[in-house]
Amino acid sequence: MFQFIVRRLLQIIPVLIGVTILVFSLMHLSPGNPAHIIAGESAPPSTVKQIEERLGLDDPIPVQYFNFIKDAATLDFGNSWRTSLPVSEELWPKFWVTFELAVYSTIFSIFLGLIAGIISAVRKYSIADVSIMLIALFGLSMPNFWFGLMLMQWFSIKLGWLPPTGWGTPEQIIMPVITLGTMGAAVIARMTRSSMLDVISQDYIRTARAKGLSERIVIYRHALKNALIPVVTVIGLQFGSLLAGAVLTESVFAINGMGKLIVDRILARDFPVVQASVLVISVIFVFVNLIVDISYKFLNKRIDLD
Amino acid sequence: MSAEPANNIVTEAPKVDGPFKKAFKDFYSKLRKNKSALVGGYLIIILIIIALIGPLLTSQDPDAVDYGVKLQSPSAEHWFGTDHHGRDIFTRVIHGLGITMSIGITATMLGGIVGVFLGLISGYYGGKLDTIIMRIMDILLAFPGILLALALISILGANLQNVIIAVAIFAIPTFARIVRGSTLATKNLEYIDAMKALGASDTRIIWKHILPNILSPIIVQGSLFIATAVLSASGLSFLGMGAQPPSPELGALLSDGRDFMWDAGHIALFPGLVIMLIVLAFNIFGDGLRDALDPKMNK
Repeated sequence: MFQFIVRRLLQIIPVLIGVTILVFSLMHLSPGNPAHIIAGESAPPSTVKQIEERLGLDDPIPVQYFNFIKDAATLDFGNSWRTSLPVSEELWPKFWVTFELAVYSTIFSIFLGLIAGIISAVRKYSIADVSIMLIALFGLSMPNFWFGLMLMQWFSIKLGWLPPTGWGTPEQIIMPVITLGTMGAAVIARMTRSSMLDVISQDYIRTARAKGLSERIVIYRHALKNALIPVVTVIGLQFGSLLAGAVLTESVFAINGMGKLIVDRILARDFPVVQASVLVISVIFVFVNLIVDISYKFLNKRIDLD
Repeated sequence: MSAEPANNIVTEAPKVDGPFKKAFKDFYSKLRKNKSALVGGYLIIILIIIALIGPLLTSQDPDAVDYGVKLQSPSAEHWFGTDHHGRDIFTRVIHGLGITMSIGITATMLGGIVGVFLGLISGYYGGKLDTIIMRIMDILLAFPGILLALALISILGANLQNVIIAVAIFAIPTFARIVRGSTLATKNLEYIDAMKALGASDTRIIWKHILPNILSPIIVQGSLFIATAVLSASGLSFLGMGAQPPSPELGALLSDGRDFMWDAGHIALFPGLVIMLIVLAFNIFGDGLRDALDPKMNK
């Protein structure tokens, strides 16, 4: 087990290096001289030169990359080109909003997805199963930004029950979480169903039933525990895509989170902020996947021991 | 899959279907057995037909402005109502269907071709090449969902062509991984050894004997990815990163609709429904096909 963790930790090093190189090159691959963008169109050459020197843009590229990594490791991403504020000062408050949104949506999708998936599997081919799977298919195929708009139209504009925009109060949280979490719920429901069906058809479940255990105990104590293992992997992946998917949800509900920040700053060509946001999300994603891998291995091992 | 490949040696003999034709026939016979794959397939065909001939049948110009009828609700004259410029939403959605579908299909094909190529050489040759390619794929996969596309658009600039490129790059690693896996499973089969012993070149083995055999998982992945690509690309247009006004791309139409949510809710309704229909069709097709091809589910 320990060996496995060490090996996986070593494996993510090249990935992290690759991610940082890619994010670093965002700025250098984009057309236009950064110093020009900061100084403005009509700035005199001397000002541009000054900015270049201050930001180290005249250093060789490898040196710049090394400095970028060194600063990023201490969460120093330089200053925004638009607001001149330190990027980390702009980023963190917005990061927590997005993080909250992603966590609530993940909880929502796990809750809904598991219940729906279990009902579907236990009542295979019943009306409940068919309708749940049909709804899940729609949930999977629905553009969530459209779903968000439709929710807003009903619950804010027509019924006036929920505030259409913003983030913070419980009423404000409901619609964004449903919007963002629905696709995840659909994925988890489908995965839970197929995983449960897989497990239920196995010999030890037949044995449990033959022993005369009640169906409830067979399903919840024996089947569910093992069926959940593959679902864990999906949940991990979901969390990452929720962090990224928040971009659209935040745009719909005018939530001032990291997704909105990324979109605004891409359009404003404020690269340090875009760089930092993309880097933060992908590094979190890499580590979430690592944790998922390890817990998967751990859960599987327990089965072996059982 | 292990029982069939032996037949492929026969393809060397004259008057027998070529490897691709055989692979497609095989594929079609499996497809016909799965009801949902068929439903999905028909839905896709219907959508393509509407996208192709629909614009010819709607009399109106999608960009024709008429402020006399702006923000009207659906009626006999304007089936889906009109937008803030008095443009007929039905006409715009019909035009948008073609645009959105072709963005999804083009991006998937571009990314698919590169991904399949990388997966084939990675799986077939193995060794250092394999390690390098797969590590690069890991890096691309480290950017969840739409984030990679956003990062790429921040470099390339926000327009439709760049959205296609960004979504295509997003497609590459998923194809490469699946194709590599299938290639690995195929390349150690006896008939490939036999081909090697007969002196067939690597290119010939890959192209004529491995690729036709792994076509099915590629088509499944292709169909499912078109669904993802349509969602991502229309999402990017919705954010203002892709198709720009006055393009009737469906995501851009939704973005228009958002601005008039309070006065005219219908503007946002129909483009979203059509996006869902496209995605649904490709999801059903891909799902059904996967079930049909997965021997475990065939029981």
